[in-house]
Amino acid sequence: MEKFNLENISLSIGILVILVGLWGLLTQKNLIKIVIGFVLFDTGIHIVMVSIGYIKNRTAPIIDSAVDMNNASNLVVDPIPQALVLTAIVIGLGITALMLSYVLKMYQKKKSLDITNYKDLKW
Amino acid sequence: MVKNSFIFIVLIGVAAILLNLFADFNGNTELGTIAAHYASKGIEEVGSANLVTSVVVSYRGLDTLGEVTILFLSAAIVGFFLKVDNTDNKNRQLKYTSEILNTASQVLVPIMLLFGAYVFINGHLSPGGGFQGGAIIASGLVLMFIAQPKKEMGHKMINIIESVSGVSFVLLGVAGVLFASGFLDNKILSLGKFGTLFSAGIIPIIYIFVGLKVGSELTGIALSLKENQNEA
Repeated sequence: MEKFNLENISLSIGILVILVGLWGLLTQKNLIKIVIGFVLFDTGIHIVMVSIGYIKNRTAPIIDSAVDMNNASNLVVDPIPQALVLTAIVIGLGITALMLSYVLKMYQKKKSLDITNYKDLKW
Repeated sequence: MVKNSFIFIVLIGVAAILLNLFADFNGNTELGTIAAHYASKGIEEVGSANLVTSVVVSYRGLDTLGEVTILFLSAAIVGFFLKVDNTDNKNRQLKYTSEILNTASQVLVPIMLLFGAYVFINGHLSPGGGFQGGAIIASGLVLMFIAQPKKEMGHKMINIIESVSGVSFVLLGVAGVLFASGFLDNKILSLGKFGTLFSAGIIPIIYIFVGLKVGSELTGIALSLKENQNEA
């Protein structure tokens, strides 16, 4: 099988995690479970981005004894998606904390975590 | 039923888009031109052994400043949103923590704080950096909150550390305009000997400030959530 190598396996796992997260976002009624769906969606996107930057038989983009300094561009994987994912993880954490604090405040107001009890934005 | 079929259609559509991505992807064999430049010229231009760090802090330093701003904004909104007036906290019911958690946290918390500091000081040499180190420091402090729920900790110290490190980050960027070729240029200090602790120009200093800022912001978020427990 041509598709059966490391980058394709991780890419397909990432796609599955994205779909599971989207399913959770759309179908769950519990507010905490919706937040968990969002986090899974986020994580799936990170896995997809990192696996797109992978190059076969190469090592992490850190210059040490394993990587020759003068030939680095032929020995390391792409550093840009990894830097992007580093950014995205931190922002995802901030957004998750923000959503959880909204959920906490909504629960304090109505004593319910079921989204069908919140009809304020429903038309 | 209509709603369920809508959800099904959306899922199928997204799956089709992602399947296209999967079918067209055959694995890379070469770096792109920008990535190749970062990998081959990164050592002489930035001097950081960790190429991800040189991309995050130097080549795309402005993006990192924006990211730190977003994190600050979300921490500020959480703090504003979950503000409690601590006038009568006396009737708060707290369970006692177990002996094991208490003892283990006294051993682990100092080590976690030290390891977090190690990770962000060595961010330009080894895997790690300011964001990871800050997260490790914050998780150590969260362990302390769990083990000693009665211990009060004010927001004031956290806010001071956060503001000072954020302002220092921006001031270092402005110093790049004054003393070197542009905003957040890392050649204010000499690049030093490659692979040593005092190398890579300004990167270790920026990562120390980023680490302190991220650690204090995440601790502040956890502290706000903890203070709201008695109201729920």
